[in-house]
Amino acid sequence: MANQIRLKKGYDIKLVGEATKEIVSTEAPKTYAIQPHEIRGLVPKLQVEVGSEVKCGSPLYFSKSQPDVFFTSPVSGEVVEIIRGEKRRILEVRILADGKLTYENFGAADPASLGRDGVKEKMLKSGLWAFLRQRPYNRVAETNVVPKNIFISGFDSAPLAPDLNFALKGRESHLQTGINALATLTDGKIYLGLDSKEDNSTFASLKNVTVNHFEGPHPAGNVGVQIHHVAPINKGDIVWTINIQDLATLGKLFAEGIYDPERVVAITGSEIENPVYTKMRVGACLDTLASKVKPGNVRIISGNVLFGSKVDINSYLGFYDQQITAIPEGDEPEFMGWLLPSEARPSISKTFLSYLLPSKKYRVNTNMHGESRPFVVTNEYEQVLPMDVYPVQLLKAILAGDLEAMEALGIFEVVEEDLSLCEFVCTSKQPVQNILADGLTLIEREG
Amino acid sequence: MKFLKDTIDKLRPNFEKGGKLHFLHSTFDAFETFLFVPGHTTHGKVHVRDGIDLKRTMFTVVIAMLPVLLFGIWNVGYQHYLSIGEASTLMDNVLFGLIQVLPIIVVSYGVGLGIEFAFCQVKGHSVNEGFLVTGMLIPLCLPPTTPLWMVALGTAFAVIIGKEVFGGTGMNLLNPALTARVFLFFAYPAYMSGEFLSNGSAVWFAGDRALMVDGFSGATTLSVMASGGTAEYSMMDMFLGFEKGSIGETSVLACLIGAAILIISGIGSWKIMASVFAGGFIMGSIFNMVGGTPFLDMPAVQHLLIGGFAFGAVYMATDPVSAAQTEKGKIIYGLLIGILTVLIRVSNPAYPEGMMMAILLMNVFAPLIDYFVVESNKKRRLKRATV
Repeated sequence: MANQIRLKKGYDIKLVGEATKEIVSTEAPKTYAIQPHEIRGLVPKLQVEVGSEVKCGSPLYFSKSQPDVFFTSPVSGEVVEIIRGEKRRILEVRILADGKLTYENFGAADPASLGRDGVKEKMLKSGLWAFLRQRPYNRVAETNVVPKNIFISGFDSAPLAPDLNFALKGRESHLQTGINALATLTDGKIYLGLDSKEDNSTFASLKNVTVNHFEGPHPAGNVGVQIHHVAPINKGDIVWTINIQDLATLGKLFAEGIYDPERVVAITGSEIENPVYTKMRVGACLDTLASKVKPGNVRIISGNVLFGSKVDINSYLGFYDQQITAIPEGDEPEFMGWLLPSEARPSISKTFLSYLLPSKKYRVNTNMHGESRPFVVTNEYEQVLPMDVYPVQLLKAILAGDLEAMEALGIFEVVEEDLSLCEFVCTSKQPVQNILADGLTLIEREG
Repeated sequence: MKFLKDTIDKLRPNFEKGGKLHFLHSTFDAFETFLFVPGHTTHGKVHVRDGIDLKRTMFTVVIAMLPVLLFGIWNVGYQHYLSIGEASTLMDNVLFGLIQVLPIIVVSYGVGLGIEFAFCQVKGHSVNEGFLVTGMLIPLCLPPTTPLWMVALGTAFAVIIGKEVFGGTGMNLLNPALTARVFLFFAYPAYMSGEFLSNGSAVWFAGDRALMVDGFSGATTLSVMASGGTAEYSMMDMFLGFEKGSIGETSVLACLIGAAILIISGIGSWKIMASVFAGGFIMGSIFNMVGGTPFLDMPAVQHLLIGGFAFGAVYMATDPVSAAQTEKGKIIYGLLIGILTVLIRVSNPAYPEGMMMAILLMNVFAPLIDYFVVESNKKRRLKRATV
């Protein structure tokens, strides 16, 4: 019988614009882009130039600090543009799709018979290794370590997040092959976290994994929270995580020998006409969704409202993202908005009467709803972080640059997305995720 | 609304860098953001923010203080007419109270905000909302007869020494309002804890000894108890607040209404409030067991009703900046405040009001309490690693 873990802390931001469970096919995007800057600290070394022909799985660049980790093309076609930013930093490698999808052949194989090194080599070459994330530091997995455990979350509890059980229906065998591949990489266990209140039929038959059931509000679906409650990261421990949709891609690599990074993406938010699911490849251009976005001043997010990147409609699906959210911008001043809000807004504070309507769905905008202030209110972050971590003290240790305190207070156990609700609830409007990211960068460099 | 917005937009260039009135930019900013929540949008990976901000938080606390303020105003008038033996209507009491109390509030806000704005101007900070609460707390914890210059002096001391030297809102070690109170208490003891001044005017109610009816005492229950007497009020009167005392402190009922507002809105910590009351009751009960003097024998519950106990527990101890910041720490902090208050009251007759001392003392110790709570978390993590 699976382990049941009940979490009380957290908060579900209920929003308008949930995707109906229907996968609608959209017009195939013409361009794709892989963006090195999505990964903190990644310095790419290009393997292609403008005009290079690529197939699905052809290398585009590798990481300077991890030369064996390749980032490969999600589509077949021609490299048409390399976008650079300040100091010639590479921002995007753009590919014009040829509309045919020809694949590099990495050879189908049973991961168990390949063994650890064989699996590793195939993943590195095909570009799948980059989807393995390592904690602490939330970086791409190091190739020369054996992780203590590998964690996978089988549900996404973020606002309007896709139903992964629905998204992966029919891909059970790929998931199983993916798990078998991961099993060769660790001497520990592979943990799968499931939502105990939802349908888990897609995952019911999976073997070779230890299943834990979680119950509770967001961030229960965050893999970091699940790690904390199942087998917390201690000093010196390394664990890996992978998004479950990428696990299916990994399975397909071993089953069919190809890199086919197609995901089921939820197109959500109040500013989307008829929110639905659609299939997209990593790095797909979002311009094919333009007709679905309502007119007006809209923010488009690759990811969810608590952890996502602001993009424009001609930009691309993020490397790890499985959701697109569109909400109105909130750049209009609001008369006495702190006292008499012009429209209902989600809040954990009971000073808003809408807390009496717990199932009300909101049309949120991106307004800060107040100005930045020093830390004043206490027991606010603590209400939304279901971990035995003191978030304010941790953030203050980071601000003070105190490496020892950061470590002692558990910085190795959290990554940016775990504290995103803390940033949401903050009365003083502190940039919580940025502070944590600075802390992680600092301790990775100095620690 | 449009007109207002346009006016502000027209005025703004004067206050921006290079403008004629740039030296008043913080002031302009404070008023502008009071009228219009700025159209600033999120710019990280978190795209939405909770509707609450510090303005709303502090405003909720001000609302929670209204019951004690309104009752205090009425009671100032009531005590005055009682002392001269005249019958008075509700309106009489309120009018008299307003005349006494409003100037104190105006001075407190005027002086405090003036200094706060000046500091923000010089340091280039935006004006914080913390003083909205402090500016109301200071009048509420003073006797109704406090001279206005004294209010101004106490407020200035609180804002400068209690807050700004530490870096402003959020950085201070001590509760600023109590800093004002304790400064005045030590600087002008006769005005803060005596019964009558040398000119014959009473301290705890607005009146003159010469005009008082026979048998009306000038002392508060606390000072009566401290000097070995017995309380002149019934428990019910003390609970409802029909007694002499500082403007806001007399009515436990009004404090409890305020507490309910703070707790239901989630702004004030119920853990601190409950543990302060529990601490006071425990220490009172221990003294009851010892017994011997009228003060030692005073029922433990009565400790919670007299003086500024309830007021301190609800409004002063719960200040999130100067209180303990961890949830476990808050309980220890509250318990110790309750215990110390009763201990100081009973064992040190020189300081009849122990609440103020106890809270300030625990403000100083709050970081230490948090330190131990946080250390235990660190130890837990370390232990997990070595097992």
